[in-house]
Amino acid sequence: MSKPRGLIAHTWSGLKKDPLGMAGFVLVSFILLLTILAPWLAPYDPLDVNVHNRLSGPSAAHWLGTDQLGRDILSRVLYGGQVALKVSLVAISVAMAIGLLLGMLAGLGPRWLDRVLVIGFDTVRSFPTIMFALAIVALTGPSLNTVIGVIIITSIPVYARVVRTQTRALRQRDFILAERAMGASTGRILRDHVLPNIAAPLFILASMDVPAVVGMEAGLSFLGLGVSPPTPSWGSILNDGYSYLRNSPWPIIAGGIPLIAVTLGFTFFGESLRDIFDPKLRGKDR
Amino acid sequence: MTAPVLDIRGLSISYGTEAGALKALRDVDLEVGEGSIIGIVGESGCGKSTLISAIIRLLAPNAQIVQGAVNFKGRDLLGLSSEQMRALRGDEISMVFQDPMTSLNPTLTIGRQMSDVQHRSTVSRSEKNACSVMMLERVGIPDPEAQLKRYPHHLSGGMRQRVAIAMALMAEPSLLIADEPTTALDATLEVQIIHRLKELQREFGCSILFISHHLGVIAELCEEVIVMYAGEVVESGPLREVFIDPKHPYTRKLLECDPARIAEPTRELPVIEGSLPNLVNLPDGCIFKDRCSKAEARCGIEPPKMSGDGHRAACHLLDHFQETSP
Amino acid sequence: MLRFIVRRGLLSLLILFLAVSLMFGMIHMVPGDPATVMLGPKATPEMKAEFSRRLGLDQPLAVQLGRFYAGLARGDLGEDPFTNREVTVIVWEQLPYTLVLVLVAIGGASLLGIPLGCFSAIRRNSLLDRLTAVMSVAFIAIPSFVVALYLLLWLAVKWRWFPAMGAGESGNLADQAHHLVLPAIALGLGWVGYIARMVRASMLEVMEENHIRTARAFGLPERTVIVHYALRIAMLPTVTILGMGIGTMLSGALFAEIVFSRPGIGKLLYEAVLTRNYPIVMGSVLVTTGFFVLSTLASDIINAMLDPRLRERQGSGE
Repeated sequence: MSKPRGLIAHTWSGLKKDPLGMAGFVLVSFILLLTILAPWLAPYDPLDVNVHNRLSGPSAAHWLGTDQLGRDILSRVLYGGQVALKVSLVAISVAMAIGLLLGMLAGLGPRWLDRVLVIGFDTVRSFPTIMFALAIVALTGPSLNTVIGVIIITSIPVYARVVRTQTRALRQRDFILAERAMGASTGRILRDHVLPNIAAPLFILASMDVPAVVGMEAGLSFLGLGVSPPTPSWGSILNDGYSYLRNSPWPIIAGGIPLIAVTLGFTFFGESLRDIFDPKLRGKDR
Repeated sequence: MTAPVLDIRGLSISYGTEAGALKALRDVDLEVGEGSIIGIVGESGCGKSTLISAIIRLLAPNAQIVQGAVNFKGRDLLGLSSEQMRALRGDEISMVFQDPMTSLNPTLTIGRQMSDVQHRSTVSRSEKNACSVMMLERVGIPDPEAQLKRYPHHLSGGMRQRVAIAMALMAEPSLLIADEPTTALDATLEVQIIHRLKELQREFGCSILFISHHLGVIAELCEEVIVMYAGEVVESGPLREVFIDPKHPYTRKLLECDPARIAEPTRELPVIEGSLPNLVNLPDGCIFKDRCSKAEARCGIEPPKMSGDGHRAACHLLDHFQETSP
Repeated sequence: MLRFIVRRGLLSLLILFLAVSLMFGMIHMVPGDPATVMLGPKATPEMKAEFSRRLGLDQPLAVQLGRFYAGLARGDLGEDPFTNREVTVIVWEQLPYTLVLVLVAIGGASLLGIPLGCFSAIRRNSLLDRLTAVMSVAFIAIPSFVVALYLLLWLAVKWRWFPAMGAGESGNLADQAHHLVLPAIALGLGWVGYIARMVRASMLEVMEENHIRTARAFGLPERTVIVHYALRIAMLPTVTILGMGIGTMLSGALFAEIVFSRPGIGKLLYEAVLTRNYPIVMGSVLVTTGFFVLSTLASDIINAMLDPRLRERQGSGE
């Protein structure tokens, strides 16, 4: 798995054998494409208010209808993807970076540090996530940055634990001991041996974490604790739709579909990746 | 000799593996006469476990019976439906397994498991318990009534194996298959259990198919012995003849390595140099030739057939060995 | 056994203590003083001072924390500054709604998930097994509030099979049960798949064990082997997950309660968050986290009861 081209070929051939994983991959790619191209694809400005055409159903002009302010739902859904994309990219990469650092510290550091870090991870995990998020929002006020912060804090232990386990396992391996004996620095060992070995499990974990992160952002935005009002997010579209549920079902239908598609797509894709790279992880649900 | 209880003819079994069919048993013949005790000896991987799994028809899903017949009291077991077969298990045919630590259910009491074994009987629960107590007493378990309420992990390995034997004899089977029942126990316990098993066999009059690594135990208990190697029977016959005058080089090596082992309790078979042949791609000729010091050219070409009367062996060099044996 | 419970309990208390102290500390780290946030920008300085004094916010953090724990020891969580009612009373009023919802959801999920997982393991690679595998993954992944919204949209608003709002008339059990159906499905659906997966995996493992071969070698009916000999052991890891599930569901219930306008701890917390009602926020977080910790403890105990090996190992304090 040293050559990147070999890695991609390996993934691709594995995916071709798994129709569900392939479907997930296609779905994820499709949604990603729509999201990135949203400014060009969206037929209207997602913030454009038109009070004369409120809560209308699907039509040739508005494929998914309009919301309570007459805004085009299709455009809002497309732009809403950008919020989800931004949150997952930022939250997952920061959580992964910090998790990597803390996990390696726990794995290679002195015993007391390992103990302290593990208790820390457990404490954060034992807190019900939504409660934690709500409590933080109660203190700092609703904002997208708060949402990202909460997701980062609750995700760090997930990554850190995997890194810690892998680092500890590697530390005992002969070739690492040999390199140490030959005077290789800890930094070098980490870069040359530990990182390449934990890269695959980390990325699998990340791809399986996306549904949770997207769901969290949408959930908090649905509660009105995420993005601030005019900004479209899948969660806020659902929130608007919930208030006018009896007038038009379309905002809820339209806001829910991308959420379902993204969570399913990433889950099936992630499961497939896990089976391809690390069959041992199978069945160990976190 | 009366009609055999168990009569296996030409049994071949393969396992489907990724590398191809693993021929675990090839053309195995075996006879267990009424009221007799037959021992099967052979190292791990010789096909003993596959053989007994085939008799009670609890083979792994990837196992395939290539050919052969397993006759039990005149019925072909391989032709029975799974329901008919289930009716025989634990009734006419019983099993005692190797590891007493794992072969009893850890979450159910001894009493519960013993009364479950009597699932065909229609008597009340208390009567079943009375039967259990009686059986436990007969296998030599002290204070049997108290044991019923205990869990397997409360009991020592020897006690658990006695429970397993009690369970197996509960239905007064015609055939008891014991798969290395004493291997996991220490030497003094082993002797006790063997003696008890011999007594019980006399009382119940059942036949026993006894599988063991341990030549000493076989010598102690059995009347006839079958030596298996890499999925084939290489030698069979009355115990004394096979042990005193072994014909097959494999049996000779087993006994030669340390004759004292027969008398002295030990856990394992003597170590013989070399390893088992690949059972997916079988070598030509005799399967033992790679480990045999006397192998000749013809051993690599043609597989030897079982020959002899009563005491039989499969080796091209039978006469040769006969002459050179001291 | 007792020693095991005590040790687990103490660890749980430590985590609870850390969490509560952390929250308490954070209230004070937030820029702007709580009184201003709670009373809004129109409040006069006198009102704020009076408010702070009443809530004890003018005291140093350590004193407040000390008072909070002293109150907690007496079962007193302070007062709701807006209605002057005791927080404990308010929380106790809402708690049963959430508990019933969670228990029904997890009970229903187990009733469906356990047999599904069991059948999947026995009929491995059958259509049912593959269908269960795909469905479980799907239901675990989809956010529960989306499920709740769709259920509300179709089954309550469009087809009117179930009520859309509230918990039902008090005293009318049938009505309450009717109101419970949709929130419980929304909350439990993901768990059906989760439980099925767990049971399937551990059933496959247990079915390979030696004592199952023993049971079969005695010709026990396959039903007995599966239900009494295998499932009993395969359930052990699932029970642990169920215990944690109750804890996770307590917070998951929040969405179901909000979508179906159902009273409960989640809704209470949500509304307290919107109005910056810190005593209520503290109270409901404390109770939820407490229940989370308690349910984990309970699952450990049930596990020990089902597995005599564990029961005694812990009894002897090893």
